[in-house]
Amino acid sequence: MTSSTAPVLRISGVTKRFGPLVANDSISFELMPGEVIALLGENGAGKTTLMNILFGHYVADGGEVEAFGAKLPPGDLRAALDAGIGMVHQHFTLADNMTVMDNIALGTQSAWSWRLDRARARSRIRQLAQDFGLAVDPDRTVSALSVGERQRVEILKALYRDAKILILDEPTAVLTPLETEALFRTLKMLVAKGLSVIFISHKLGEVMAVSDRVLVLRAGRLSGERATRQTTRQELAALMVGQEVAAPPVPPVERGAPLLTLENVSTAPGPGGSALRGVSLTLHAGVITGLAGVSGNGQAALAALLAGTAAPASGRLLVGGEAAADWSPRAALAHGIARIPEDRHAVGSIADMSVTENVIAERYRSPPFSRNGFLDWKAARAFAQQLIRDYDVKCPSPETRIRLLSGGNMQKLILGRALDPDPVVILANQPTRGLDVGAVAYVHGRLLEARARGAAILLISEDLDEILALSDEVLVMFKGRLSSPSQRGERSIRELGALMAGHGLEEAADAA
Amino acid sequence: MVEAFEILFTASFWIAAIRIASPLIFATMGELICERAGVLNLGIEGIMTVGAFAGWMTVYSGGDLWLGVAVAALSGALFGLLHGTLTVPLGLSQHVVGIGITLLATSLTYFTYRLVLPEVTSPPKIVPFQPLPIPVLSDIPLVGPALFSQTPLTYLAFVAVGVVAWVLYRTPLGLALRAAGENPAAVEAQGISVTAVRMGAVMAGSALMAVGGAFLTMSAFNSFFFEMINGRGWICIALVVFGSWRPGKALVGAILFAAFDAYQVRLQQLTGGVVPYQLFLMMPFVLSIAALVVMSRRASYPKALMIPYRKGER
Repeated sequence: MTSSTAPVLRISGVTKRFGPLVANDSISFELMPGEVIALLGENGAGKTTLMNILFGHYVADGGEVEAFGAKLPPGDLRAALDAGIGMVHQHFTLADNMTVMDNIALGTQSAWSWRLDRARARSRIRQLAQDFGLAVDPDRTVSALSVGERQRVEILKALYRDAKILILDEPTAVLTPLETEALFRTLKMLVAKGLSVIFISHKLGEVMAVSDRVLVLRAGRLSGERATRQTTRQELAALMVGQEVAAPPVPPVERGAPLLTLENVSTAPGPGGSALRGVSLTLHAGVITGLAGVSGNGQAALAALLAGTAAPASGRLLVGGEAAADWSPRAALAHGIARIPEDRHAVGSIADMSVTENVIAERYRSPPFSRNGFLDWKAARAFAQQLIRDYDVKCPSPETRIRLLSGGNMQKLILGRALDPDPVVILANQPTRGLDVGAVAYVHGRLLEARARGAAILLISEDLDEILALSDEVLVMFKGRLSSPSQRGERSIRELGALMAGHGLEEAADAA
Repeated sequence: MVEAFEILFTASFWIAAIRIASPLIFATMGELICERAGVLNLGIEGIMTVGAFAGWMTVYSGGDLWLGVAVAALSGALFGLLHGTLTVPLGLSQHVVGIGITLLATSLTYFTYRLVLPEVTSPPKIVPFQPLPIPVLSDIPLVGPALFSQTPLTYLAFVAVGVVAWVLYRTPLGLALRAAGENPAAVEAQGISVTAVRMGAVMAGSALMAVGGAFLTMSAFNSFFFEMINGRGWICIALVVFGSWRPGKALVGAILFAAFDAYQVRLQQLTGGVVPYQLFLMMPFVLSIAALVVMSRRASYPKALMIPYRKGER
């Protein structure tokens, strides 16, 4: 056993580059036994990269990692595991077609033994699950588990290997508030049993709640280190972003002409939540209409309708007062509807294509990007460069594949692509999900600019604070139906919460 | 009509069906292992050709029959090594590499055949595996002759299914293999090399394919002909899908296909030229396509199939 004063983990001078991008710039810190360190930073600050080096998934360009006094060979995952380091990745590393038990036991028994000792694995998993409050049935198939349960399996994987150091990468990003509380309770238990934890997050509240010490990363460098008890959210936010972040002022704007109207629209039922059932809605120039609701209640159907990927099954869709014929994504674009899709990876971008190719994706058919049927790459590249500059995107060049950008930078590009042609209607679907404080403020500011310019904006969000901060008018969606609109400040969070749970809307929905 | 039906109850029909199924069983198990680890092995047709030739050549040059099987397996594993090197660490397109391996292996076999036997017009014969009836069991009516008076290589095929199933579902190795085909990141995160698992799977699978080929020259027939694999490899790829990537179901599929094949030969004889024989030749394939359509609707394929894994990539 190590004495209580020796660090369990020492990172010294770790540097990692991806092409011209410096993801980690000579980072050093120590982790003490029984300590919870929070690694705080914006998206793209280099948190995950650093942990992947520590875990042996990436090989660093410089620096070294020491666990329990012994140097870890670089890029050797097995050595990291054997040294007692466990990692819960942001994107889970589970095989969906196998049971919880098989996932946990994977790689823990000599590969050449002729028989898996499932009985032993099962009883050990049950014991660990009980000891740490990580309820999960070892015999269930992973594909049948909820996200919260999957995360528990990931933690059990580490505990099963007797991990002494647990790294959690953005563990709460996918959890509901209740699951988050349960996770924090588990972390307390782990620490009580002597484990050390590195908690990666960009959420200030969580960092303040769980950690003993906070390390702040900014643009690949360690920009500060504070004992959690002696710091404040404001100080941390400033360290993280480099400046104080203030909520954007929302100046009053005159309600303009109706730009897009839905009249009693219903859609055909499809996958991914409720269809629309008799929805009427008008988007006015200069107005941000906030749509609150628990996800799966028809937001996806409404977004698809506005984006042109779905057409009304019944009812009318009017753009600028005229019924839209042949409704399609191309028609939506032609009518000046800009889309900021919910899933920037799957829908908003083409991962392996360049920044340039991605930013012209909606306009490549028209000048200046298309001339006589040929692409004008010079114009396209100039446009990409302009967006990179105007929207403050951190990326090495317009030729970079977009998948190499962090979430925040990718979102800024998508925002630029949507807003640059001065659209009349903007569909912003979860525009700030997974973004850090600085990027959120940036996106909000840009949306407010578009509002001041006279665009009609539909903001779909699960974040009530965001809805209330930006929206001039708030609607709640439940089981494919809309509540009556309320003006800014008219309904409290409580009242909105009740509507989101279906009170007042449920009767109407059931009557149909 | 009645006669056509009666065929199904003759021992000779079932003996033929199981014999025809045997090479398919070996090769299907081989393909299944590869695909379960995430590698589509389209080299199967060529690797079976190599196995057929290598086994037969070994025996022809004075080797023991079992030595022939071993040499066939080894040569299959070597082509597996080539396929694996190109598709796993180098991450090349599995389609292109697979077709390439098939072309290379087939041509190389024919070339070698001509080098070794430049003068012959009809290929020399060997003494193949002989039927080895198992006492008592082979006396059971219908089932006995069909299953228990075959050659040792057929018995080995059935043993192979059991071994593959056991390894896949009951051993740590099988766990790693299945995980590699589903989510390689899960394998890497537990400290196991995805490259090693996939390479091993492709080599072992290719060895089984080659033994399937060797069955043709050393058990079903007694000589080596050009074009003797005749699309059996491609059938095995379909059989893996038919079996939903499960050894037991794939075995049933192989026997079913072989039974169709044995049946159509007998139907040809029965109708004696009234119906064009090509129609019967077509039957097993038509029925397999139909069965595939029905069976593979719900099939859940390994999610990482055909996706190269590169460690440390963002």
